[in-house]
Amino acid sequence: MTNSWTDIRNTDLVVIMGGNAAEAHPCGFKWVTEAKANRGAKLIVVDPRYTRSASVSDLYAPIRQGTDIAFLLGLINYCIENDNVQREYVKAFTNAAYVVKAGFTYQDGLFSGYDEAKRDYEKSSWDYEIGEDGFAVVDDTLANPRCVWNLLKNHVAVYTPEMVERICGTPKDKFLKVAEMVAECSSPTKAMTSMYALGWTQHSKGSQNIRAMAMLQLILGNIGIRGGGMNALRGHSNIQGLTDIGLMSNLIPGYLTLPNEKEPDLTAYMSTRGFKPLRPNQMSYWQNYRKFFVSFQKAMYGSAATAENDFAYDYLPKLDVPGYDVLRAFEMMHQGKMNLYLCQGFNPLQSFPNKQKITAALSKLKLLVVMDPLATETARFWENHGAHNDVDPSTIQTEVIELPSTCFAEDDGSLTNSGRWLQWHWAGGTPPGEAKRDTWIMAQIHLRLKELYRKEGGAFPDPIVNLHWPYADPGDPKAEEIAQEINGRALATVTDTADPTKVLAEAGKLLPGFAALRDDGSTSCGCWIYSGCFNEKGNNMARRDTDDPDETGAYLKWAFSWPANRRILYNRASADLNGKAWDPDRKLIEWDGAKWSGYDVPDIAPTAKPGEVGPFIMNPEGVSRLFTRGMMRDGPFPAHYEPFESPIVNPVAPNVRGNPAARVFEGDFRQFAEPASAEFPYAATSYRLTEHFHFWTKHVVVNAVMQPEFFVEISEQLAAEKGIAKGGWVRVWSKRGSVTAKAVVTKRIKPLTCDGKTVHIVGIPLHWGFTGAAKKGFGPNMLTPYVGDANIETPEYKAFLVNIEPVSGPVA
Amino acid sequence: MNIELSRRAFLQTAGAGLAGTTLGALGFGDIEAAHAAAIRSFKLANTTETRNTCPYCSVACGVILYSKGDLRKGEQAEITHIEGDTDHPTNRGTLCPKGSALLGFVKAPTRLQQPMIRKPGADKFEPTTWEDAFDRIARLMKDDRDQNFVATNNDGVTVNRWITTGFLAASATTNETAFETYKVVRSTGMLVFDNQARV
Repeated sequence: MTNSWTDIRNTDLVVIMGGNAAEAHPCGFKWVTEAKANRGAKLIVVDPRYTRSASVSDLYAPIRQGTDIAFLLGLINYCIENDNVQREYVKAFTNAAYVVKAGFTYQDGLFSGYDEAKRDYEKSSWDYEIGEDGFAVVDDTLANPRCVWNLLKNHVAVYTPEMVERICGTPKDKFLKVAEMVAECSSPTKAMTSMYALGWTQHSKGSQNIRAMAMLQLILGNIGIRGGGMNALRGHSNIQGLTDIGLMSNLIPGYLTLPNEKEPDLTAYMSTRGFKPLRPNQMSYWQNYRKFFVSFQKAMYGSAATAENDFAYDYLPKLDVPGYDVLRAFEMMHQGKMNLYLCQGFNPLQSFPNKQKITAALSKLKLLVVMDPLATETARFWENHGAHNDVDPSTIQTEVIELPSTCFAEDDGSLTNSGRWLQWHWAGGTPPGEAKRDTWIMAQIHLRLKELYRKEGGAFPDPIVNLHWPYADPGDPKAEEIAQEINGRALATVTDTADPTKVLAEAGKLLPGFAALRDDGSTSCGCWIYSGCFNEKGNNMARRDTDDPDETGAYLKWAFSWPANRRILYNRASADLNGKAWDPDRKLIEWDGAKWSGYDVPDIAPTAKPGEVGPFIMNPEGVSRLFTRGMMRDGPFPAHYEPFESPIVNPVAPNVRGNPAARVFEGDFRQFAEPASAEFPYAATSYRLTEHFHFWTKHVVVNAVMQPEFFVEISEQLAAEKGIAKGGWVRVWSKRGSVTAKAVVTKRIKPLTCDGKTVHIVGIPLHWGFTGAAKKGFGPNMLTPYVGDANIETPEYKAFLVNIEPVSGPVA
Repeated sequence: MNIELSRRAFLQTAGAGLAGTTLGALGFGDIEAAHAAAIRSFKLANTTETRNTCPYCSVACGVILYSKGDLRKGEQAEITHIEGDTDHPTNRGTLCPKGSALLGFVKAPTRLQQPMIRKPGADKFEPTTWEDAFDRIARLMKDDRDQNFVATNNDGVTVNRWITTGFLAASATTNETAFETYKVVRSTGMLVFDNQARV
């Protein structure tokens, strides 16, 4: 979230699209009802299903899953056509005026530089003209036909209300009503917030779904202000933290990236991470990258990381592909190219697409290790559970070790919520049986591995035997010790670069924050964006002061919010070019002639003059990007692509199937239904229920009683057409698998008309499996396709094709 | 750090204050004492309270764990009740249908109790010890790493990667577990490394 849960109270319009906060984030959703009750805020819900969020909305508009970009670009088109744009904001704070290279084009669904064989783009034309002064060329009059604003205008022109109806199935009058309400928020005194979740991410163009809304929010001037923002409702309690700390194939904590094979040394690595400002005076804060990187290496490797050895640069593995994400991992496993796999609190057998492929892949491992508080299906993938897990254990040669871990109630430490708040929690109970903390388990694995390498030698032992391990009890690191390591420490005394007499941190002391980081090896810091979380003032994540001056919802003294305890990202953009709030009632920070101050920690250098330094300090432009240069694999603007399995052919680009830049493994492509398939005519989607949390709460009797049994949800029309009775049994199958379930026949789902064709929707909830207190059941992943988002490889769980028929129930 | 007033201390103080003023002032001292003796003490007053956050979605509602026994005194502690934290600015004491049933998660019959191993081709798990489990895991990791570690690529560039073993990290572990896990995993050169944020 750019903002926080408690900030939602400040909004005038909530758009819930790509999520269902009332059911999936109920206590956060209360801030929506608070805004409705106290401010007269309105709520719009756009969803294929009439959800519980929709049931309290002011306006509900149905949409076919996988068509959000067409809807959102339709809204942008409407706002531009009707001049519902916060012009001053757009001109000053976005790259609307930047001139794009002449070679950039978009035609028939493809941007310039497409290579069909590689399913990839050569992206050099997706960039700005650079002037003789070395800066990007801008045209403040917006007259240049090649400036971003005019390219955008042309790009979205096709998404008329009629085209939106044709693609999305949203009736034109509903779409126009949404557009009118959204357009009102182009006023500097009206704020709209976007609340989205996996309904936007789990698509082969998930990243672009989110970009499309971010662009709309920028055009309306809603980023950086109270009650505005792009608010990702993360799915799990510490998904945000795990992402921040970079537990991903290609990441280093704090959104740094691992080197690839073209970067043999630190100099080559830094050459592509210089972040030279693209306009005069801009902060381009990533210019400090080297400080973050070197301090990270010092946290990892301590005294083994020296200036002479490029701070142990060679200790880091180098990538030969963009990343070994889970889809690639299970593809490799499926090909027999992986031997060992360790799962920590994760249940991939239930969670990943195309369960048959996952089972086959796990069956080819030599060893699977599962650490979990609960008995997961993954740890039992080899166990026969009839139709629910139809395997023969004797044919599966994988050794499986299952290790009992503690749960939240038996563990200390911090979790990062969706609003970037790092909140500390304390253990209250003794773990059951022999269950142990993950910190102990990981230490034990490391110490044994280190001992083996010390004793026996072996392949490049250096990074293992030299891993910095400064814990009082090496076998059982304490959460506070690790939190301090994440925060960072001065290894030598650090002084202010502008005033060397001013000491920022004495040698050995915790760093006050990331501004004290250095690139000469004199500081260590595990994750720069978290620096300040645990400094000499104490554990700031444990703060519990509910003071909130003027009830802005900031709660600056509650816990710690990254970065630098800032509560609303880009908050400099809440003020105009003179540093005065766009909306005096929504003041956040203002310029007093010498410095920035206000209700939040300024997201700008405190003395950066408002007319000179742009608010988007991480970008070399200093402004936000409506056109994102070559930074995304599938285009600098979003464009409508159908899901890989789609009930209709793409109306705006009939020759393009799916997202043209999404990676698809060969065997998986053969397992996709054809577009507009007669064999698989229905558009399926997956979702959560409010009574359950993933595959955890089926282990809880109360939740298992509330929602005991797997079902699928269909419209009355489809039920009538197929002769399916309410509560009757059905079989649902895709090109990859089949499930049986009871049918819930509802008015919540209605058939849509897309491109002249009736499209029926089949809803398939998660939550069941073959362990726990609930009845055994299937889930959507028996059916889902094995393909991910072009940029980040999140699987396309939300849009695929199935068929359905009534069947007689299973024998009880 | 702000001072934390324990709710238990608050309840006790408030109760004593009431007895000592309202009823006492009216001259009903004896009746009040007899009445107080007849009332069973408030169950939660004898428990230890611990601040925590809900482990499910990313709203991260504040919760209070009530336990018999106090971990901080080195005692065994059994959690007997969990409720919303009224001081928490986000949830203000409320919980959803999932959070309200958290005690059932902590005490689920399917919580794992001890390390188990399933041998190739077997149709059941059998108990093992932590020691044996770790020895086995470390041995297999080292053997696989030594056998498949790629020190340089075909162009002679140092790449130091290991891609035949992978690690899938969680979604609800702490940041501290996450960072320690990062250290342990990355130091081996592992690249097949991902977490729940991907899906």
